[in-house]
Amino acid sequence: MILLEQLFWTFLSTLRDVAPILLVIGFFQAVVLRQRISNWRQVAVGVGCVILGLTAFLVGLELALFPLGNAMAEQLADPRFVLGSDAENLMAAPTPWYRFYWTYIFAFAIGFSATIAEPALLAVAIKAHEVSGGTLKVWPLRAVVALGAGIGVTLGTFRIVTGIPLTYFIFAGYILIIIQTLFAPKQIVPLAYDSGGVTTSTITVPLVAAMGLGLATQIPGRSPLAEGFGMIALTVLFPMMTVMGYAQIAAWWQSRTRNKKAELDS
Amino acid sequence: MPPVEDLRYNPPSWSVILGLRAYEAMDMPDFGKAFEEVRRRLWNSLRDLFPIIAVVAFFQVVVFQQPLQNFGQILIGIVLVAVGLTLFVFGLEVGLFPLGEEMAYAFAKKSVLSWLVLFAFALGFGTTFAEPALIAVAGKAGELAAAEMDPLAQEEYQRDYSFALRATVATAVGSALVLGVFRILLGLPLHLIIVAGYILVMLLTPWAPPSIVAVAYDSGGVTTSTITVPLTTALGVGLASSIRGRSPLLDGFGLIALASLIPILFVLVFGIVWT
Repeated sequence: MILLEQLFWTFLSTLRDVAPILLVIGFFQAVVLRQRISNWRQVAVGVGCVILGLTAFLVGLELALFPLGNAMAEQLADPRFVLGSDAENLMAAPTPWYRFYWTYIFAFAIGFSATIAEPALLAVAIKAHEVSGGTLKVWPLRAVVALGAGIGVTLGTFRIVTGIPLTYFIFAGYILIIIQTLFAPKQIVPLAYDSGGVTTSTITVPLVAAMGLGLATQIPGRSPLAEGFGMIALTVLFPMMTVMGYAQIAAWWQSRTRNKKAELDS
Repeated sequence: MPPVEDLRYNPPSWSVILGLRAYEAMDMPDFGKAFEEVRRRLWNSLRDLFPIIAVVAFFQVVVFQQPLQNFGQILIGIVLVAVGLTLFVFGLEVGLFPLGEEMAYAFAKKSVLSWLVLFAFALGFGTTFAEPALIAVAGKAGELAAAEMDPLAQEEYQRDYSFALRATVATAVGSALVLGVFRILLGLPLHLIIVAGYILVMLLTPWAPPSIVAVAYDSGGVTTSTITVPLTTALGVGLASSIRGRSPLLDGFGLIALASLIPILFVLVFGIVWT
Protein backbone atom coordinates (compact mmCIF):
# COMPACT_ATOMS: atom_id res chain seq x y z
CA MET A 1 0.00 0.00 0.00
CA ILE A 2 2.83 2.36 0.97
CA LEU A 3 4.55 1.33 -2.24
CA LEU A 4 1.50 2.29 -4.31
CA GLU A 5 1.28 5.62 -2.52
CA GLN A 6 4.95 6.31 -3.16
CA LEU A 7 4.56 5.38 -6.82
CA PHE A 8 1.62 7.75 -7.11
CA TRP A 9 3.41 10.74 -5.55
CA THR A 10 6.58 10.16 -7.54
CA PHE A 11 4.44 9.91 -10.67
CA LEU A 12 2.90 13.30 -9.88
CA SER A 13 6.27 14.92 -9.29
CA THR A 14 7.70 13.43 -12.49
CA LEU A 15 4.67 14.77 -14.31
CA ARG A 16 5.35 18.19 -12.82
CA ASP A 17 8.97 18.04 -14.02
CA VAL A 18 7.90 17.09 -17.53
CA ALA A 19 5.07 19.64 -17.67
CA PRO A 20 7.20 22.65 -18.73
CA ILE A 21 8.76 20.63 -21.55
CA LEU A 22 5.38 19.41 -22.78
CA LEU A 23 3.96 22.95 -22.53
CA VAL A 24 6.80 24.44 -24.59
CA ILE A 25 6.56 21.69 -27.21
CA GLY A 26 2.76 21.87 -27.30
CA PHE A 27 2.76 25.64 -27.72
CA PHE A 28 5.25 25.60 -30.57
CA GLN A 29 3.48 22.71 -32.30
CA ALA A 30 0.09 24.38 -32.07
CA VAL A 31 1.00 28.03 -32.65
CA VAL A 32 4.19 28.10 -34.69
CA LEU A 33 4.67 24.89 -36.61
CA ARG A 34 0.93 24.27 -36.98
CA GLN A 35 1.23 20.71 -38.11
CA ARG A 36 0.51 17.45 -36.43
CA ILE A 37 3.51 15.31 -35.46
CA SER A 38 3.57 12.64 -38.18
CA ASN A 39 3.01 9.61 -35.97
CA TRP A 40 1.72 11.30 -32.88
CA ARG A 41 0.17 8.14 -31.44
CA GLN A 42 3.55 6.47 -31.28
CA VAL A 43 5.20 9.57 -29.83
CA ALA A 44 2.48 9.73 -27.17
CA VAL A 45 3.08 6.08 -26.26
CA GLY A 46 6.81 6.82 -26.07
CA VAL A 47 6.46 9.89 -23.88
CA GLY A 48 4.08 7.94 -21.62
CA CYS A 49 6.66 5.16 -21.34
CA VAL A 50 9.34 7.70 -20.46
CA ILE A 51 7.24 9.21 -17.66
CA LEU A 52 6.13 5.84 -16.25
CA GLY A 53 9.66 4.46 -16.59
CA LEU A 54 11.23 7.38 -14.80
CA THR A 55 8.65 7.06 -12.01
CA ALA A 56 9.37 3.38 -11.43
CA PHE A 57 13.10 4.08 -11.68
CA LEU A 58 13.01 6.79 -9.01
CA VAL A 59 10.82 4.81 -6.61
CA GLY A 60 13.07 1.79 -7.06
CA LEU A 61 16.19 3.85 -6.32
CA GLU A 62 14.51 5.21 -3.22
CA LEU A 63 13.69 1.67 -2.05
CA ALA A 64 16.83 -0.21 -2.95
CA LEU A 65 19.77 2.10 -3.40
CA PHE A 66 19.65 5.55 -1.85
CA PRO A 67 19.13 4.62 1.83
CA LEU A 68 22.07 2.21 1.79
CA GLY A 69 24.29 4.28 -0.49
CA ASN A 70 23.78 7.51 1.45
CA ALA A 71 24.28 5.82 4.82
CA MET A 72 27.50 4.25 3.55
CA ALA A 73 28.82 7.52 2.16
CA GLU A 74 28.39 9.08 5.60
CA GLN A 75 29.74 6.12 7.55
CA LEU A 76 32.92 5.95 5.47
CA ALA A 77 33.96 9.40 6.64
CA ASP A 78 33.45 8.58 10.33
CA PRO A 79 36.81 8.83 12.18
CA ARG A 80 35.98 5.70 14.17
CA PHE A 81 35.74 3.76 10.94
CA VAL A 82 38.75 5.40 9.29
CA LEU A 83 41.11 5.06 12.25
CA GLY A 84 39.87 1.79 13.70
CA SER A 85 39.87 0.93 17.41
CA ASP A 86 42.52 3.45 18.52
CA ALA A 87 40.51 6.35 17.13
CA GLU A 88 40.36 8.09 20.50
CA ASN A 89 44.14 8.34 20.71
CA LEU A 90 44.61 9.39 17.12
CA MET A 91 41.81 11.97 17.07
CA ALA A 92 44.10 14.61 18.59
CA ALA A 93 46.30 14.84 15.50
CA PRO A 94 44.77 15.52 12.08
CA THR A 95 44.05 12.29 10.22
CA PRO A 96 46.54 11.76 7.37
CA TRP A 97 44.80 11.77 3.99
CA TYR A 98 45.86 8.24 3.04
CA ARG A 99 43.97 6.71 5.97
CA PHE A 100 40.77 7.43 4.03
CA TYR A 101 41.56 4.73 1.47
CA TRP A 102 38.18 3.03 1.87
CA THR A 103 36.52 6.36 1.12
CA TYR A 104 38.52 6.72 -2.09
CA ILE A 105 37.78 3.17 -3.16
CA PHE A 106 34.09 3.64 -2.43
CA ALA A 107 34.06 7.01 -4.23
CA PHE A 108 35.58 5.50 -7.35
CA ALA A 109 33.36 2.41 -7.29
CA ILE A 110 30.14 4.35 -6.72
CA GLY A 111 31.06 7.03 -9.29
CA PHE A 112 31.80 4.38 -11.89
CA SER A 113 28.82 2.11 -11.26
CA ALA A 114 26.26 4.90 -10.84
CA THR A 115 27.33 6.39 -14.16
CA ILE A 116 26.95 3.03 -15.91
CA ALA A 117 23.32 2.97 -14.74
CA GLU A 118 22.64 6.63 -15.61
CA PRO A 119 19.74 6.79 -18.12
CA ALA A 120 20.81 10.15 -19.61
CA LEU A 121 24.21 8.76 -20.52
CA LEU A 122 22.57 5.70 -22.05
CA ALA A 123 20.42 8.02 -24.18
CA VAL A 124 23.43 9.93 -25.51
CA ALA A 125 25.36 6.71 -26.13
CA ILE A 126 22.44 5.26 -28.12
CA LYS A 127 22.26 8.43 -30.21
CA ALA A 128 26.03 8.51 -30.78
CA HIS A 129 25.93 4.88 -31.89
CA GLU A 130 23.10 5.62 -34.32
CA VAL A 131 24.67 8.81 -35.70
CA SER A 132 28.15 7.36 -36.15
CA GLY A 133 26.75 4.53 -38.24
CA GLY A 134 27.72 1.99 -35.59
CA THR A 135 31.42 2.84 -35.28
CA LEU A 136 30.95 4.30 -31.78
CA LYS A 137 29.79 1.40 -29.67
CA VAL A 138 27.42 2.00 -26.76
CA TRP A 139 29.29 -0.01 -24.14
CA PRO A 140 32.89 1.25 -24.53
CA LEU A 141 31.64 4.84 -24.55
CA ARG A 142 29.69 4.34 -21.32
CA ALA A 143 32.59 2.53 -19.67
CA VAL A 144 35.02 5.32 -20.57
CA VAL A 145 32.65 8.04 -19.32
CA ALA A 146 32.09 6.04 -16.12
CA LEU A 147 35.84 5.75 -15.62
CA GLY A 148 36.10 9.53 -15.83
CA ALA A 149 33.22 10.00 -13.39
CA GLY A 150 34.88 7.58 -10.94
CA ILE A 151 38.13 9.55 -11.09
CA GLY A 152 36.23 12.81 -10.64
CA VAL A 153 34.33 11.65 -7.55
CA THR A 154 37.51 10.21 -6.02
CA LEU A 155 39.38 13.49 -6.52
CA GLY A 156 36.39 15.30 -5.04
CA THR A 157 36.66 13.27 -1.81
CA PHE A 158 40.44 13.72 -1.80
CA ARG A 159 39.95 17.46 -2.10
CA ILE A 160 37.60 17.58 0.89
CA VAL A 161 39.96 15.42 2.98
CA THR A 162 43.04 17.51 2.20
CA GLY A 163 41.33 20.90 1.93
CA ILE A 164 43.07 21.83 -1.33
CA PRO A 165 41.07 24.63 -3.03
CA LEU A 166 38.67 23.47 -5.75
CA THR A 167 39.93 26.11 -8.18
CA TYR A 168 43.32 24.37 -8.50
CA PHE A 169 41.65 21.18 -9.71
CA ILE A 170 39.26 22.97 -12.04
CA PHE A 171 41.94 25.16 -13.63
CA ALA A 172 44.30 22.22 -14.08
CA GLY A 173 41.43 20.24 -15.61
CA TYR A 174 40.51 23.05 -18.01
CA ILE A 175 44.10 23.42 -19.20
CA LEU A 176 44.41 19.67 -19.73
CA ILE A 177 41.13 19.63 -21.69
CA ILE A 178 42.28 22.52 -23.88
CA ILE A 179 45.54 20.71 -24.65
CA GLN A 180 43.73 17.43 -25.35
CA THR A 181 41.30 19.22 -27.67
CA LEU A 182 44.24 20.22 -29.88
CA PHE A 183 45.34 16.62 -30.35
CA ALA A 184 42.13 14.56 -30.14
CA PRO A 185 40.41 13.34 -33.32
CA LYS A 186 37.99 16.10 -34.40
CA GLN A 187 35.00 13.75 -34.67
CA ILE A 188 34.98 12.89 -30.98
CA VAL A 189 35.39 16.38 -29.48
CA PRO A 190 31.70 17.48 -29.35
CA LEU A 191 30.62 14.13 -27.93
CA ALA A 192 33.41 14.25 -25.35
CA TYR A 193 32.30 17.71 -24.20
CA ASP A 194 28.71 16.50 -23.95
CA SER A 195 29.62 13.46 -21.91
CA GLY A 196 30.61 15.65 -18.98
CA GLY A 197 27.21 17.20 -18.41
CA VAL A 198 25.40 13.95 -19.08
CA THR A 199 27.12 12.09 -16.25
CA THR A 200 25.50 14.04 -13.43
CA SER A 201 21.82 13.14 -13.36
CA THR A 202 19.29 11.05 -11.52
CA ILE A 203 21.53 8.53 -9.74
CA THR A 204 24.89 10.24 -9.53
CA VAL A 205 23.91 13.64 -8.11
CA PRO A 206 22.19 12.43 -4.88
CA LEU A 207 24.87 9.83 -4.10
CA VAL A 208 27.77 12.18 -4.80
CA ALA A 209 26.17 15.02 -2.85
CA ALA A 210 25.62 12.71 0.14
CA MET A 211 29.25 11.69 0.04
CA GLY A 212 30.51 15.29 -0.07
CA LEU A 213 28.20 16.31 2.74
CA GLY A 214 29.16 13.31 4.90
CA LEU A 215 32.87 13.92 4.50
CA ALA A 216 32.66 17.66 5.09
CA THR A 217 30.59 17.10 8.25
CA GLN A 218 32.93 14.51 9.76
CA ILE A 219 36.33 16.04 9.04
CA PRO A 220 37.32 18.73 11.54
CA GLY A 221 37.79 22.19 10.09
CA ARG A 222 35.54 21.67 7.04
CA SER A 223 32.25 23.53 6.83
CA PRO A 224 29.65 21.20 5.32
CA LEU A 225 27.92 24.10 3.62
CA ALA A 226 30.98 25.50 1.84
CA GLU A 227 32.92 22.28 1.20
CA GLY A 228 29.90 20.23 0.12
CA PHE A 229 30.00 22.05 -3.20
CA GLY A 230 32.48 21.07 -5.88
CA MET A 231 31.93 17.31 -6.08
CA ILE A 232 29.60 17.64 -9.06
CA ALA A 233 31.96 20.05 -10.84
CA LEU A 234 34.77 17.48 -10.71
CA THR A 235 32.43 14.68 -11.80
CA VAL A 236 31.56 16.74 -14.89
CA LEU A 237 35.18 17.50 -15.73
CA PHE A 238 36.88 14.13 -15.94
CA PRO A 239 34.66 12.23 -18.41
CA MET A 240 35.64 14.81 -21.04
CA MET A 241 39.29 13.92 -20.52
CA THR A 242 38.78 10.17 -20.54
CA VAL A 243 36.61 10.22 -23.68
CA MET A 244 39.16 12.33 -25.58
CA GLY A 245 41.96 10.20 -24.20
CA TYR A 246 40.20 7.05 -25.30
CA ALA A 247 39.78 8.43 -28.82
CA GLN A 248 43.44 9.45 -28.90
CA ILE A 249 44.59 6.00 -27.84
CA ALA A 250 42.25 4.35 -30.34
CA ALA A 251 43.55 6.57 -33.17
CA TRP A 252 47.15 5.93 -32.16
CA TRP A 253 46.54 2.18 -32.00
CA GLN A 254 44.92 2.20 -35.42
CA SER A 255 47.76 4.11 -37.06
CA ARG A 256 50.28 1.83 -35.39
CA THR A 257 48.68 -1.35 -36.66
CA ARG A 258 48.34 0.24 -40.08
CA ASN A 259 52.04 1.14 -40.13
CA LYS A 260 52.99 -2.37 -39.08
CA LYS A 261 50.85 -3.79 -41.84
CA ALA A 262 52.48 -1.44 -44.36
CA GLU A 263 55.90 -2.55 -43.15
CA LEU A 264 54.99 -6.20 -43.55
CA ASP A 265 53.59 -5.61 -47.02
CA SER A 266 56.67 -3.78 -48.32
CA MET B 1 19.01 30.06 -42.88
CA PRO B 2 21.14 27.43 -44.65
CA PRO B 3 19.57 25.03 -47.17
CA VAL B 4 17.54 22.15 -45.73
CA GLU B 5 17.51 18.48 -46.57
CA ASP B 6 16.13 15.53 -44.68
CA LEU B 7 18.81 13.06 -43.65
CA ARG B 8 17.13 11.95 -40.46
CA TYR B 9 17.26 8.42 -39.20
CA ASN B 10 13.83 6.85 -39.40
CA PRO B 11 13.16 4.60 -36.42
CA PRO B 12 10.73 1.68 -36.62
CA SER B 13 7.43 2.14 -34.82
CA TRP B 14 6.88 0.70 -31.38
CA SER B 15 4.63 -2.10 -32.53
CA VAL B 16 7.23 -3.16 -35.10
CA ILE B 17 9.98 -3.17 -32.47
CA LEU B 18 7.89 -5.45 -30.31
CA GLY B 19 6.89 -7.64 -33.24
CA LEU B 20 3.21 -6.93 -32.74
CA ARG B 21 2.92 -5.68 -36.30
CA ALA B 22 5.94 -7.14 -38.01
CA TYR B 23 4.49 -7.54 -41.51
CA GLU B 24 1.53 -5.97 -43.19
CA ALA B 25 0.39 -9.36 -44.43
CA MET B 26 0.45 -10.97 -41.01
CA ASP B 27 -2.88 -10.84 -39.26
CA MET B 28 -1.76 -12.47 -36.01
CA PRO B 29 0.55 -10.43 -33.77
CA ASP B 30 3.78 -12.25 -33.03
CA PHE B 31 3.61 -12.56 -29.26
CA GLY B 32 6.65 -14.84 -29.20
CA LYS B 33 8.82 -12.13 -30.69
CA ALA B 34 7.32 -9.52 -28.38
CA PHE B 35 8.11 -11.67 -25.36
CA GLU B 36 11.65 -12.25 -26.60
CA GLU B 37 12.18 -8.50 -27.14
CA VAL B 38 10.85 -7.55 -23.71
CA ARG B 39 13.06 -10.20 -22.11
CA ARG B 40 16.13 -8.92 -23.98
CA ARG B 41 15.48 -5.32 -22.95
CA LEU B 42 14.87 -6.21 -19.30
CA TRP B 43 18.07 -8.23 -19.29
CA ASN B 44 20.01 -5.24 -20.70
CA SER B 45 18.68 -3.01 -17.91
CA LEU B 46 19.62 -5.55 -15.24
CA ARG B 47 23.11 -5.73 -16.72
CA ASP B 48 23.38 -1.93 -16.48
CA LEU B 49 22.34 -2.05 -12.84
CA PHE B 50 24.57 -4.94 -11.86
CA PRO B 51 27.72 -2.84 -11.09
CA ILE B 52 26.01 -0.53 -8.63
CA ILE B 53 24.20 -3.38 -6.86
CA ALA B 54 27.50 -5.24 -6.61
CA VAL B 55 29.33 -2.19 -5.20
CA VAL B 56 26.73 -1.49 -2.54
CA ALA B 57 26.43 -5.16 -1.56
CA PHE B 58 30.22 -5.54 -1.37
CA PHE B 59 30.65 -2.55 0.92
CA GLN B 60 27.75 -3.56 3.12
CA VAL B 61 28.82 -7.17 3.60
CA VAL B 62 32.63 -7.15 3.26
CA VAL B 63 33.72 -3.68 4.41
CA PHE B 64 31.09 -2.81 7.00
CA GLN B 65 30.38 -6.46 7.83
CA GLN B 66 26.70 -5.84 8.25
CA PRO B 67 23.91 -8.01 6.89
CA LEU B 68 21.69 -6.70 4.11
CA GLN B 69 18.53 -5.67 5.90
CA ASN B 70 15.08 -5.33 4.36
CA PHE B 71 15.96 -7.82 1.68
CA GLY B 72 12.40 -7.88 0.30
CA GLN B 73 12.27 -4.13 -0.02
CA ILE B 74 15.62 -4.05 -1.83
CA LEU B 75 14.45 -6.76 -4.20
CA ILE B 76 11.26 -4.85 -5.04
CA GLY B 77 13.37 -1.73 -5.56
CA ILE B 78 15.73 -3.49 -7.98
CA VAL B 79 12.80 -4.86 -9.97
CA LEU B 80 11.23 -1.40 -10.15
CA VAL B 81 14.52 0.21 -11.23
CA ALA B 82 15.03 -2.41 -13.95
CA VAL B 83 11.45 -2.13 -15.25
CA GLY B 84 11.68 1.67 -15.11
CA LEU B 85 14.95 1.82 -17.02
CA THR B 86 13.56 -0.55 -19.66
CA LEU B 87 10.40 1.52 -20.14
CA PHE B 88 12.45 4.72 -20.23
CA VAL B 89 14.82 3.50 -22.95
CA PHE B 90 11.92 2.12 -24.99
CA GLY B 91 10.09 5.44 -24.64
CA LEU B 92 13.20 7.30 -25.75
CA GLU B 93 13.52 5.31 -28.93
CA VAL B 94 9.89 5.51 -29.99
CA GLY B 95 8.91 8.84 -28.39
CA LEU B 96 11.41 11.45 -27.28
CA PHE B 97 14.03 10.96 -30.01
CA PRO B 98 11.57 11.08 -32.93
CA LEU B 99 9.78 14.05 -31.32
CA GLY B 100 12.99 16.09 -30.93
CA GLU B 101 14.20 15.31 -34.43
CA GLU B 102 10.86 15.97 -36.05
CA MET B 103 10.60 19.35 -34.38
CA ALA B 104 14.15 20.22 -35.41
CA TYR B 105 13.35 19.33 -39.01
CA ALA B 106 10.08 21.26 -38.97
CA PHE B 107 11.85 24.37 -37.68
CA ALA B 108 14.62 24.04 -40.26
CA LYS B 109 12.07 23.66 -43.04
CA LYS B 110 10.08 26.67 -41.86
CA SER B 111 13.31 28.67 -41.95
CA VAL B 112 12.11 31.26 -39.47
CA LEU B 113 15.10 31.87 -37.30
CA SER B 114 13.37 33.93 -34.62
CA TRP B 115 10.93 31.11 -33.74
CA LEU B 116 13.70 28.55 -33.55
CA VAL B 117 15.68 30.84 -31.24
CA LEU B 118 12.63 31.40 -29.05
CA PHE B 119 11.93 27.66 -28.92
CA ALA B 120 15.50 26.86 -27.89
CA PHE B 121 15.42 29.49 -25.18
CA ALA B 122 12.01 28.44 -23.85
CA LEU B 123 13.05 24.78 -23.74
CA GLY B 124 16.26 25.57 -21.87
CA PHE B 125 14.70 28.03 -19.46
CA GLY B 126 11.53 26.03 -18.81
CA THR B 127 13.22 22.73 -18.09
CA THR B 128 15.95 24.22 -15.91
CA PHE B 129 13.92 26.53 -13.71
CA ALA B 130 11.81 23.61 -12.41
CA GLU B 131 14.73 21.17 -12.17
CA PRO B 132 14.68 19.55 -8.66
CA ALA B 133 18.47 19.16 -8.49
CA LEU B 134 18.90 22.87 -9.22
CA ILE B 135 16.30 23.85 -6.60
CA ALA B 136 18.23 21.80 -4.02
CA VAL B 137 21.59 23.35 -4.95
CA ALA B 138 20.18 26.89 -5.08
CA GLY B 139 18.64 26.40 -1.63
CA LYS B 140 21.98 25.30 -0.19
CA ALA B 141 23.75 28.20 -1.90
CA GLY B 142 21.25 30.63 -0.38
CA GLU B 143 21.92 29.16 3.05
CA LEU B 144 25.64 29.60 2.47
CA ALA B 145 25.26 33.20 1.34
CA ALA B 146 23.02 34.12 4.28
CA ALA B 147 25.13 32.28 6.85
CA GLU B 148 26.80 35.36 8.28
CA MET B 149 23.77 37.63 8.41
CA ASP B 150 21.68 38.41 11.45
CA PRO B 151 18.95 35.78 11.86
CA LEU B 152 16.04 38.17 11.31
CA ALA B 153 16.97 39.18 7.79
CA GLN B 154 18.37 35.76 6.97
CA GLU B 155 15.28 33.97 5.76
CA GLU B 156 14.14 36.57 3.28
CA TYR B 157 17.63 37.14 1.96
CA GLN B 158 18.08 33.41 1.51
CA ARG B 159 14.81 33.08 -0.40
CA ASP B 160 15.60 36.01 -2.69
CA TYR B 161 19.10 34.74 -3.29
CA SER B 162 17.98 31.20 -4.17
CA PHE B 163 15.30 32.49 -6.51
CA ALA B 164 17.69 34.88 -8.27
CA LEU B 165 20.24 32.11 -8.60
CA ARG B 166 17.69 29.74 -10.14
CA ALA B 167 16.58 32.43 -12.58
CA THR B 168 20.22 33.09 -13.50
CA VAL B 169 20.96 29.43 -14.18
CA ALA B 170 17.75 28.97 -16.16
CA THR B 171 18.52 32.05 -18.28
CA ALA B 172 22.02 30.68 -18.79
CA VAL B 173 20.74 27.32 -20.05
CA GLY B 174 18.26 29.06 -22.36
CA SER B 175 21.04 31.25 -23.75
CA ALA B 176 23.31 28.22 -24.08
CA LEU B 177 20.76 26.40 -26.26
CA VAL B 178 20.31 29.53 -28.40
CA LEU B 179 24.08 29.81 -28.81
CA GLY B 180 24.23 26.09 -29.62
CA VAL B 181 21.52 26.38 -32.26
CA PHE B 182 23.35 29.30 -33.91
CA ARG B 183 26.52 27.26 -33.84
CA ILE B 184 24.82 24.38 -35.67
CA LEU B 185 23.27 26.72 -38.25
CA LEU B 186 26.57 28.49 -38.92
CA GLY B 187 28.71 25.35 -38.64
CA LEU B 188 31.15 26.90 -36.18
CA PRO B 189 33.54 24.47 -34.49
CA LEU B 190 32.37 23.75 -30.93
CA HIS B 191 35.84 23.62 -29.40
CA LEU B 192 36.49 27.29 -30.14
CA ILE B 193 33.44 28.32 -28.09
CA ILE B 194 34.23 25.88 -25.26
CA VAL B 195 37.90 26.87 -25.02
CA ALA B 196 36.94 30.57 -25.06
CA GLY B 197 34.41 29.80 -22.31
CA TYR B 198 37.02 28.03 -20.18
CA ILE B 199 39.41 30.95 -20.50
CA LEU B 200 36.60 33.34 -19.51
CA VAL B 201 35.77 31.19 -16.47
CA MET B 202 39.41 31.23 -15.40
CA LEU B 203 39.59 35.01 -15.84
CA LEU B 204 36.34 35.65 -13.94
CA THR B 205 37.02 33.30 -11.01
CA PRO B 206 39.47 35.59 -9.14
CA TRP B 207 36.93 38.44 -9.28
CA ALA B 208 33.99 36.46 -7.93
CA PRO B 209 33.34 36.16 -4.17
CA PRO B 210 34.95 32.92 -2.96
CA SER B 211 31.68 31.51 -1.61
CA ILE B 212 30.03 31.52 -5.04
CA VAL B 213 32.88 29.90 -7.00
CA ALA B 214 32.16 26.28 -6.02
CA VAL B 215 28.40 26.89 -6.44
CA ALA B 216 29.05 28.22 -9.94
CA TYR B 217 31.15 25.20 -10.94
CA ASP B 218 28.49 22.81 -9.63
CA SER B 219 25.60 24.64 -11.29
CA GLY B 220 26.79 23.48 -14.69
CA GLY B 221 26.36 19.85 -13.76
CA VAL B 222 22.92 19.96 -12.20
CA THR B 223 21.12 21.55 -15.12
CA THR B 224 21.06 18.56 -17.42
CA SER B 225 18.30 16.21 -16.30
CA THR B 226 17.28 12.80 -17.55
CA ILE B 227 14.52 14.11 -19.81
CA THR B 228 16.26 17.26 -21.04
CA VAL B 229 19.36 15.37 -22.21
CA PRO B 230 17.69 13.06 -24.76
CA LEU B 231 15.44 15.83 -26.02
CA THR B 232 18.22 18.37 -26.59
CA THR B 233 20.47 15.69 -28.09
CA ALA B 234 17.72 14.75 -30.54
CA LEU B 235 17.15 18.44 -31.29
CA GLY B 236 20.82 19.05 -32.07
CA VAL B 237 21.27 15.90 -34.10
CA GLY B 238 17.97 16.52 -35.91
CA LEU B 239 18.98 20.06 -36.78
CA ALA B 240 22.43 18.99 -37.97
CA SER B 241 20.94 16.23 -40.14
CA SER B 242 18.33 18.59 -41.62
CA ILE B 243 20.88 21.13 -42.85
CA ARG B 244 22.98 20.38 -45.87
CA GLY B 245 26.70 20.26 -45.17
CA ARG B 246 26.45 19.63 -41.42
CA SER B 247 27.68 16.41 -39.85
CA PRO B 248 25.43 15.07 -37.09
CA LEU B 249 28.45 13.84 -35.13
CA LEU B 250 30.51 17.05 -35.45
CA ASP B 251 27.69 19.59 -35.32
CA GLY B 252 24.79 17.74 -33.72
CA PHE B 253 26.40 17.14 -30.35
CA GLY B 254 27.51 19.99 -28.14
CA LEU B 255 24.24 21.50 -26.87
CA ILE B 256 24.65 19.77 -23.50
CA ALA B 257 28.28 20.86 -23.29
CA LEU B 258 27.19 24.47 -23.68
CA ALA B 259 24.33 23.97 -21.22
CA SER B 260 26.89 22.87 -18.63
CA LEU B 261 29.44 25.63 -19.39
CA ILE B 262 27.39 28.81 -19.81
CA PRO B 263 25.73 28.54 -16.35
CA ILE B 264 29.21 28.65 -14.74
CA LEU B 265 29.89 31.97 -16.45
CA PHE B 266 26.46 33.40 -15.63
CA VAL B 267 26.65 32.39 -11.95
CA LEU B 268 30.15 33.88 -11.59
CA VAL B 269 28.87 37.16 -13.03
CA PHE B 270 25.80 36.88 -10.77
CA GLY B 271 28.14 36.55 -7.78
CA ILE B 272 30.12 39.61 -8.81
CA VAL B 273 27.01 41.72 -9.45
CA TRP B 274 25.04 40.61 -6.36
CA THR B 275 27.61 41.74 -3.80
